[in-house]
Amino acid sequence: MTTTLPTLAAEPATTRPALVKRRGGVRGRNRRWVILFLAPWAVGMAVFFVYPLLATVYFSFTNYNGLDTADFVGLRNFVYLFTGDPVVRTAAYNTLWLVVVLTVLRVAFGLGVASVLARVTTGNSLLRTLCYLPSLVPPVAATLTFVFVFNPGTGPVNSVLGWFGIDGPLWFNDPSLSKPALTLLTLWGSGEIMIIILAAILDVPKDLYEAAQLDGAGPVMQFRKITLPTIAPVLLFGVVNSVIFALQYFTQAIVAGSVASGSADMVGNSQIMGYPNNSTLTFPVWLYQQGFRAYHMGYASAMAVVLFIVSFAFTAILIRQLRAGDSEEARS
Amino acid sequence: MRTRPGRSRLRFRSALIVTTAGVLAAACTAGGGGASGPAAAPGADQAVTVQVWSNFSDRELGIVKEALDKYHGKHTNITIDNQGSQDDDKITQSIRSGNPPDVAISFTTDNIGQFASSGAWQDLKPYIERDKYDLDDIPKAVLDYTEFNGNRVALPMLADVYGLYYNKDLLTAAGLSAPPKTTAELLDYAKKLTVKNPDGSIQVAGFLPQMGFYAFKPQIVGTMFNAQWVDKDGKSSLGKDQGWKDMFTWQKELVDFYGWDNLQKFTAGLGQEYSADNGFHAGKVAMAIDGEYRTAFLADQTPGLNYGTATLPTSKPENHGGGYTTGTIIGIPKGAKNPGAAWDLIKYLTSDTDALVGLANGLHNVPSTKTSLSSPDLKLGDNFKPFLDAFANKNLTSNPASTIGDQYLKIVSDFGVSWQTGTVPDLGKGLADLDKQIDDAKALGK
Repeated sequence: MTTTLPTLAAEPATTRPALVKRRGGVRGRNRRWVILFLAPWAVGMAVFFVYPLLATVYFSFTNYNGLDTADFVGLRNFVYLFTGDPVVRTAAYNTLWLVVVLTVLRVAFGLGVASVLARVTTGNSLLRTLCYLPSLVPPVAATLTFVFVFNPGTGPVNSVLGWFGIDGPLWFNDPSLSKPALTLLTLWGSGEIMIIILAAILDVPKDLYEAAQLDGAGPVMQFRKITLPTIAPVLLFGVVNSVIFALQYFTQAIVAGSVASGSADMVGNSQIMGYPNNSTLTFPVWLYQQGFRAYHMGYASAMAVVLFIVSFAFTAILIRQLRAGDSEEARS
Repeated sequence: MRTRPGRSRLRFRSALIVTTAGVLAAACTAGGGGASGPAAAPGADQAVTVQVWSNFSDRELGIVKEALDKYHGKHTNITIDNQGSQDDDKITQSIRSGNPPDVAISFTTDNIGQFASSGAWQDLKPYIERDKYDLDDIPKAVLDYTEFNGNRVALPMLADVYGLYYNKDLLTAAGLSAPPKTTAELLDYAKKLTVKNPDGSIQVAGFLPQMGFYAFKPQIVGTMFNAQWVDKDGKSSLGKDQGWKDMFTWQKELVDFYGWDNLQKFTAGLGQEYSADNGFHAGKVAMAIDGEYRTAFLADQTPGLNYGTATLPTSKPENHGGGYTTGTIIGIPKGAKNPGAAWDLIKYLTSDTDALVGLANGLHNVPSTKTSLSSPDLKLGDNFKPFLDAFANKNLTSNPASTIGDQYLKIVSDFGVSWQTGTVPDLGKGLADLDKQIDDAKALGK
């Protein structure tokens, strides 16, 4: 019997282009749908990210007050930023301080709390909820509460310290303690990092720990050799997240400064920004002051460009470090 | 007919590009433009809605509404859209986006320099000349803070005047019968009125000299020493002016009397400036500098407090009687849709004695014309009188308008904080450095 089954190979050559064309049409229609569905995101991305980014770079080379036309001034804003503005150095120092201290403590605190919570077997849901809850408190409300709690004259913290004969410090009213006080506030509200790290810890395969136990590894060794390497990508995320968080530190700093200064309802008043003694004046706060209070929008744009470059560099370096670590691990 | 796929794709991409460009253009374009000459007020048969933005809220917005309603009663064709809680940032944004209100009311004079130099607020001079608006009825210090380099873009709608508040009971207990008139007396009174606890901490402070705390701000305290901000060329003159040196020296003496840490701990325990726990309300501070509006807060929050008011003490007797003034300003933003009607309303709110007196009585501010000061309808109480007297005095002063907003005030305030904590070794050099900082900051915007 001769076969009559149709096969693609046996089809006349003339039918192939039609099939291809039909497939191309379907693909084209699909592509249009994809573009259509992506359009809102693309427009949002263009309007709220790409355009502002490009505009910021452009304005950083101009004398622009936000009301009038922008005049090109070359590198003048950057020269003033690096050589002429005495306050920006204080602001940069404060932000750098927060980047270093907040990043280390936030990740370490999140890791520590998550490690403890991962081992708790009774009432763990309640404990996890309690530890996470502070991160849901709006930053302004949390800051107001902290400044009240740490008020040197009337706050409960110094009252409790007084019971033990300790003369409580000035906390938010002391230039040397205002940033540590802000750090405490941030750690209290670092539930997001904690919950992400906790999820990563709980995701580590149990059989790795069982095998390590059989090999005689104690809890510390297991943490160092199993937990930490396995959750390293999540920790890196935590570090990058914390670095960017610290670089953009604004709300808590400006609210704490204004409330501690005694003028809580005058947040827009430049004279109280950074109280006490500019110790809470972060780079973004000074950027805001320059752009919206002093009408130096061009200069503020130059500050924003520098902040963006620094954020980008921090992130790139950290990701490269992780990749280098991964490659080394893969080779070994 | 079916369209060819290639052409369809091309059209789709073109449409996408055009749409995106349109959205970007809409987002980036600042519309509107200023009027070149004085616009005529609308005719009686022409219905117009005038949008008024201010930062008033709650009860105070209601007081403003009463004044606006009276205006509407006289001009029934002009409807007022009264929007509160609109600060300078929002007004600026609306100007930038080309959709500003017809009338903008600002609580601060800090931004007048930028509003004038950038053209963000319209020049009122053509309107003033056309309608023969009487500027002579406004004190010189008030005229100064409502214009910049001769460019009048605003008029005062009520004023704030700062004076000395004193607790009569505490003064009597200390054997003091009258408030201080000179800064030397103020220093002496402050020491006599201070009560310390056995451990050395402050129980009652005679007078708080911390820079930036409550109303102890350089622009207010500086007037007590006749301190000058700029020289005749418009350059910062703090380093060359004896008044600033006198002020900071005087301030440091009082800070050292209390002890910095002692003072800081005491003020940290005081309530917020505009709360009922304010140190003066609570009887923990015997004397304080504050605006005339404090009389309303005291009447509302601490009606039982036995207090008095006086004009600010000065370092030289010949400068006494005035004090510091600032206030609410009103103008027409660039791009306002009904500038003619806006000016008519502004003229009413800033020069009509009944309107000003009604607003002053309701908001507990000083009415901003000389005529309204003597109105028999002013019902603000005895403690308000020193503020009215100061407003009419030739020694009334204000701080100069600047293109850098209140940045120069922050620079001086920051210096004051460093100075009072003892970290500035050379006052003269420190003040000269401030001049450079301020002039450099101004130059950045040129």
